[in-house]
Amino acid sequence: MSFDLLLLTLAAAVRLSTPLILCAMAGLLSERSGIIDIGLEGKMLAAAFAAAATAAVTASAWLALACGIATATAMALVHGYACITQRGNQVVSGVAINLLASGLTIVLGSYWFQQGGQTPLLSAGRFRPIELPGRSLLDPMPVLGPVYRYLVSGHNLIVYLALVSVPLTHWLVHRTRFGLRLRAVGDNPQAVDTAGISVAWLRYRAVLLCGLLTGVAGTYVSIAQNAGFSRDMTAGQGFIALAAMIFGKWRPYPALGACLLFGLLDAVAIRLQGVRVTGIGQVPVQLVQALPYALTVLLLAGFIGKAVAPKASGIPYVKEH
Amino acid sequence: MTRAGSTAPAVELRHIDKRFGEVHANRDVCLAVRRGSITGVVGENGAGKSTLMSILYGFYEADGGEILIDGTPRRIRSPSDAIGAGIGMVHQHFMLVESFTVLENIMLGAEGGAILSRGAAAARREVERLERDYGLGVDPDARVSELPVGAQQRVEILKALYRGAETLILDEPTGVLTPQETDQLFRVLASLQRRGATVILITHKLREIMAVTDEVHVMRAGRVVASRKTAETSEQELAELMIGRKIRLARNKTPAAPGPPLLTVSHLSLHDERGVRRLDDVSFALAAGEILGIAGVSGNGQSELLEVLAGIRPPETGGFLLDGREVTAERPCPPAEMRALGLAHVPEDRRRLGLVEHFAASESAVLGYQRDPAYSRGWLLDHGAVRRHCAALMEAFDVRPRAPSLRSASFSGGNQQKLIIARELERRPKVLLVGQPTRGVDIGAIELIHRELLKHREVGAAILLVSVELEEIMALADRILVMCGGRIVGEIAAAEADERRLGLLMANARPLPANEAPPGGGDLTPA
Amino acid sequence: MSPRADLPRWADIGLIPLANVLLAFIAAGLIVLAIGQNPFDAVAIMLDGALGSPEGLGYTLYYATNFVFTGLAVAIAFHAGLFNIGGEGQAYIGGLGVGLLLLRFDHSLTWGPLLPLATLAALLFGAAWASIPAWLQAYRGSHVVITTIMFNFLASSLMVYLMVNVLNQHGATNPETREIAASATLPFIHQILAGLGIPMVHTPLNLSILLAALASVFVWVYVWHTPWGYELRTVGQSERAALYAGVRPRRVIVATLCMSGALAGLVGVNEIMGVQHRLLLNFNAGYGFTGIAVALMGRSHPLGVALASVLFGILTQGGAELAFEIPAIDRDMVTVIQGLVILFSGALAHLSRPWLEALFALASRRTAALRSAE
Repeated sequence: MSFDLLLLTLAAAVRLSTPLILCAMAGLLSERSGIIDIGLEGKMLAAAFAAAATAAVTASAWLALACGIATATAMALVHGYACITQRGNQVVSGVAINLLASGLTIVLGSYWFQQGGQTPLLSAGRFRPIELPGRSLLDPMPVLGPVYRYLVSGHNLIVYLALVSVPLTHWLVHRTRFGLRLRAVGDNPQAVDTAGISVAWLRYRAVLLCGLLTGVAGTYVSIAQNAGFSRDMTAGQGFIALAAMIFGKWRPYPALGACLLFGLLDAVAIRLQGVRVTGIGQVPVQLVQALPYALTVLLLAGFIGKAVAPKASGIPYVKEH
Repeated sequence: MTRAGSTAPAVELRHIDKRFGEVHANRDVCLAVRRGSITGVVGENGAGKSTLMSILYGFYEADGGEILIDGTPRRIRSPSDAIGAGIGMVHQHFMLVESFTVLENIMLGAEGGAILSRGAAAARREVERLERDYGLGVDPDARVSELPVGAQQRVEILKALYRGAETLILDEPTGVLTPQETDQLFRVLASLQRRGATVILITHKLREIMAVTDEVHVMRAGRVVASRKTAETSEQELAELMIGRKIRLARNKTPAAPGPPLLTVSHLSLHDERGVRRLDDVSFALAAGEILGIAGVSGNGQSELLEVLAGIRPPETGGFLLDGREVTAERPCPPAEMRALGLAHVPEDRRRLGLVEHFAASESAVLGYQRDPAYSRGWLLDHGAVRRHCAALMEAFDVRPRAPSLRSASFSGGNQQKLIIARELERRPKVLLVGQPTRGVDIGAIELIHRELLKHREVGAAILLVSVELEEIMALADRILVMCGGRIVGEIAAAEADERRLGLLMANARPLPANEAPPGGGDLTPA
Repeated sequence: MSPRADLPRWADIGLIPLANVLLAFIAAGLIVLAIGQNPFDAVAIMLDGALGSPEGLGYTLYYATNFVFTGLAVAIAFHAGLFNIGGEGQAYIGGLGVGLLLLRFDHSLTWGPLLPLATLAALLFGAAWASIPAWLQAYRGSHVVITTIMFNFLASSLMVYLMVNVLNQHGATNPETREIAASATLPFIHQILAGLGIPMVHTPLNLSILLAALASVFVWVYVWHTPWGYELRTVGQSERAALYAGVRPRRVIVATLCMSGALAGLVGVNEIMGVQHRLLLNFNAGYGFTGIAVALMGRSHPLGVALASVLFGILTQGGAELAFEIPAIDRDMVTVIQGLVILFSGALAHLSRPWLEALFALASRRTAALRSAE
């Protein structure tokens, strides 16, 4: 494989892992506070629809981003209300969110755009690739030039946002007061309660941050990566992000590694389609499509050993008095 | 910290009233705690003392009455209000984040700023100062999960002091401590008192009240029934006030006449999932017709020992012999087979192991015996037989209410325990394993349970009794083994046992000759 | 704080689920309003479309048959404390088993002897598809929710591969196998009724509805009236108590999840042997997720599951009718209702409790006042 092709593949990997990274950070914040979130997929899908619909109507990418974030956050609030205030089953709530998103996006989309659930194809109102400064300076250089041109520069804004979100999340969780309390409430919410800190408000904030990040992820999928919304376009990436988060043991940088790995697999898979591999013959399309899911199962089965979730994960907090 | 001139009580509770649905937890409670004193609040389980302290610490709001701190009425609606009023609390179950360090735990809630690094340096200095002043001896950078229980408790005290507590509430602090760690704690309390703090000690252990408090209040059925100066009362009086009638502590026991050994344990060892050694070369024999008591503070291997002997966990090295069946790591024996061999098990944790809270009492009454043909008709469960069986058990052991269809969770602790013991004893086991049989059980049920155990001893059952209540062990057991750190550290015949010797063994110190008093006072040695 | 009465048992079991479903439907009605339609009209059309004619009724019950299978699957897993979201994939693969069997034997056997064989195939294939997530949960601690979701996607990929590359007969855009011989397919109910002299219009409702009834009875007997069911429920309530009682939780987890997958697989009997008469793609069409809604609504009890299945059958058939009559309301509205039912019955299950408790307190005070006034 030529060097340029390698770089292009790596660049594709970064772009493909962007929604995974954002969702993994989102899920991480939620689960560290003790709230399991299976609904990353649904929130992302809902945000994708909202962003695409807004972009179609207003031709403004920023407005679309705002709407995407607002939608995902609203759904996150529903999840939060069900899990925190009503102390409901967190997995069930996530499943409900996913179904609601799947159905509502089509129902509303059909009603508004009469295209069977799709939003109109976008020509304006999208996030375009950004050329970082200094490209002309570095271009002639042998290795650095192509690396800068293909891999570092030329992504759209949300890709850069996603990459920045990782150190930001790390800093938030490990270096701030909020992060200390967040980690505490996922380990022993009673300790937090007796220290006079509101368990519910802490968890709500975690859930809202989760909504924000999934909103960005959804917006990316519909108006940055693609040119509009189509039925169930998130295709299970929310679940793969969940797996990446578990693989990363609920820590931001290892989760980033897992997301990049999955993105790389996806990028390589696209190249592998139709290619003859010695010994196997033509790689069937479906095998390639199934790889991420199969790999996730394999990862969950053993390679991580025993990834230990935050101790209070999934357990609604009830004052024990 | 001190307000030398003030004569107002540090804490005064006036006409505190609190209901939970039908339960009247606190009835018109009036109680004053003198500033600078160590005051005890005693009562049985369910007397209302924990509720009262929860109100004082802001977990609940009282339905009626008021709270005065230093003479001024204060509204305490949350723990932060209580902390603001200078009240600190050390709970029975520690409120610590195990994965955090000591410093992080202390900072939680008082971080000193949104960015951690800014507050951490100041926090560290303050913590070190407090440690020096009170001699608490805990390393701020130690991970809490790796600290022994006594040290964890001192972290809790540190937390309260760090937030400026002038009144410290301790809720059943010695349940998980050895007598030596208890002495250590009391020295810390004395040190606190010297520096002007007020201490409220909640406990049901009268010995501790007599040893360390200045004043004591007795609660019963939600009311304060008596207040005394400790120097002017006695354990016997307090016990009677607590219960409301005269109690006979002596137990009539026929002399021991042990038969052949039914359970022989040889060199049993076990590590847990974290690689910590839980059982260390444990060997003993249990004979028919005797009660063998295992004394020791919780967490020294007794729970693991019971689990291994009941077949819930396989042994790692070594094994035991039960009625001719050898059980080792290579030849494990599951609980079902144990029961078939004539073993019965009353577990320590009755709510989570001994019954299924959501099941009807009749279904809990066959827990462990669900495959017994007596309760089946062909492949189906015979619910009629199951219900009749439960009714019979309830009748025999006076379980109330007599309602086999009632959910198990709706019975009181004492009645649940009676049902479980009835279930196991009705099998006429050859070997009976009993763990903490009277924890959280009322006096009437305790008497019945003790009677039944002695009855079965007389007909030749071999009973292994694990209990943290030394009085219970000394009353029932013929022989007493002491476990510490997963090992059997000593064996004493019941007639020769006293709390001091047992306590020393439990702390793994050298056993003393019978006529020498143990050392008291002196400097704290950090755990 | 007003005094609260604890709810009587019948209200706990019957009233609260009813209240939850009501809330879900009110929310759905609001959404219908938001897209400019009259919810009461919509409900009327749905009810008429589902129950107003023998044809509608037939379709309703046909859908309900599938929901019973997947609902029982989720319900039995719930009793063991497990959440099987893999009904979609397990139903798919169960159908694969039935299809393969029929393709092999449809010319040598008739539906009589084939029915038990097909049932067995569906059970085995469905159980097999659940067995790996089951084993992973029991022995590796891998969260069954995520693994079963992954296996849904894997089932989809597998079926597409098989249908496109191996089994496709026509080379058409929608891959499918050849048609199963008519003698090997399950008789439709309308055929049976015709044989008895009762004319009825053609609907997909077939003999497999009896299988659904049998499955319900089986689950009821197994879970509440056998020692194994007792052990299953013990594992679901308290794993430690199960250990104490001599149960092996891991075995129970694997067995229960496999049974769950087997039940979901029975969808294949209805779909392949009863209706489609060939193997094709996407015949599992969301039945798995509806099963979750059905199990939650029916409180994991076979009777509740049956009733909830009929309700969702009404919704599905009514929804199709609705989308036909009012094109502005997309068929996916049914998905939305599913999501709302799951939300209100599962996660917000106790939302209505304070109101009902206050109502009961009010009612008991009124009766007490009345009595004392007499």
